[in-house]
Amino acid sequence: MSKLKFYLPVLGFVVVAIALWRGLYLDTKTLPSMLIDKPLPSFELTSVDGSGVSNSDLPGQIFLLNVWGSYCLPCLIEHPTLMRLSEEGNIPVVGVNYRDRQDLAIDWLQENGNPFSFSILDESGRFGIDLGVYGAPETYLVDADGVIRFRHVSVLDETVWQEQFLPAIAELRAEGT
Amino acid sequence: MSSSGTFVNRKVLLLIAAIVVLLASVLLPTTAHSQVDTFDFDTNEQQDRFRTLSDELRCPMCQNSSLSGSTGGVAEDLRREIHRMIMEDMSDGEIIQFMFERYGDFILFRPRLTGATVLLWFGPLLFLLIGGLFAFRIWRRARQISDSDTQLNKSQQDRLQALLGEKT
Repeated sequence: MSKLKFYLPVLGFVVVAIALWRGLYLDTKTLPSMLIDKPLPSFELTSVDGSGVSNSDLPGQIFLLNVWGSYCLPCLIEHPTLMRLSEEGNIPVVGVNYRDRQDLAIDWLQENGNPFSFSILDESGRFGIDLGVYGAPETYLVDADGVIRFRHVSVLDETVWQEQFLPAIAELRAEGT
Repeated sequence: MSSSGTFVNRKVLLLIAAIVVLLASVLLPTTAHSQVDTFDFDTNEQQDRFRTLSDELRCPMCQNSSLSGSTGGVAEDLRREIHRMIMEDMSDGEIIQFMFERYGDFILFRPRLTGATVLLWFGPLLFLLIGGLFAFRIWRRARQISDSDTQLNKSQQDRLQALLGEKT
């Protein structure tokens, strides 16, 4: 009994210490999306090339929604992956040009190549707020019904594609959406 | 004597000054208003609400600063949204709900009370209770010891007498 009394505070200390130690390595930079399993917010905007776009222009199949900007350096890192996906043609990529200028966006696409079916022009960042975006790049996986199923914050490189997107897409395809 | 007296007074004064500075740094609002954009409001009350809301909502991009203390792009957009919603006569609750629906618990500097945040809200109280319980038990035991040990039994009395007798 007295032994237990002695070890109880020690045990308590160990438990708290382990919890705090693990807390040091928690990822606090990545916010969980509030929009998982919710429909893509409605929009009626123009695309980077100047035509009107709304939800009805979205592909009627599983697609990626990539938030990008001409000012965004990490976007250049993930750009080859998006270009490859677009060339393979298995999954459409829609862009959201976030807090950018139309002329700069057009220049950027001409210089680096355009992997997007179209890019929604969100100069004010208002559509980004509805999506819960807090900085480019972010990539959303949207199903055929226009429901957001997965979000990745920051660079979508080949590793992220292989390890996170491919399994998520396989799961969606298995559901038959 | 008088010189040591003023020395002590100076020490006391220094101590008081230190306490005042410490209290001030804890109690006074320390939020930095680094925002550069300005908004027009119809009433002072609207302006106060704007200030309170942008102090209580966290910038999603910059982690440890409020919307008012951040120059980040998304913080700028969210301040503009708060202004818009205040001018559209939305209540504070509705504005906070708007932010919560998009950015989740993270954006609230004052977390909601849910199953997951119960420990966060009441953890300190729990630790205080545990500490209080231990302190009470130690105090009670200390009192019991002092009560029972001040009485000498018969053989102890005899020995005490013998020791005292040797001396005198």
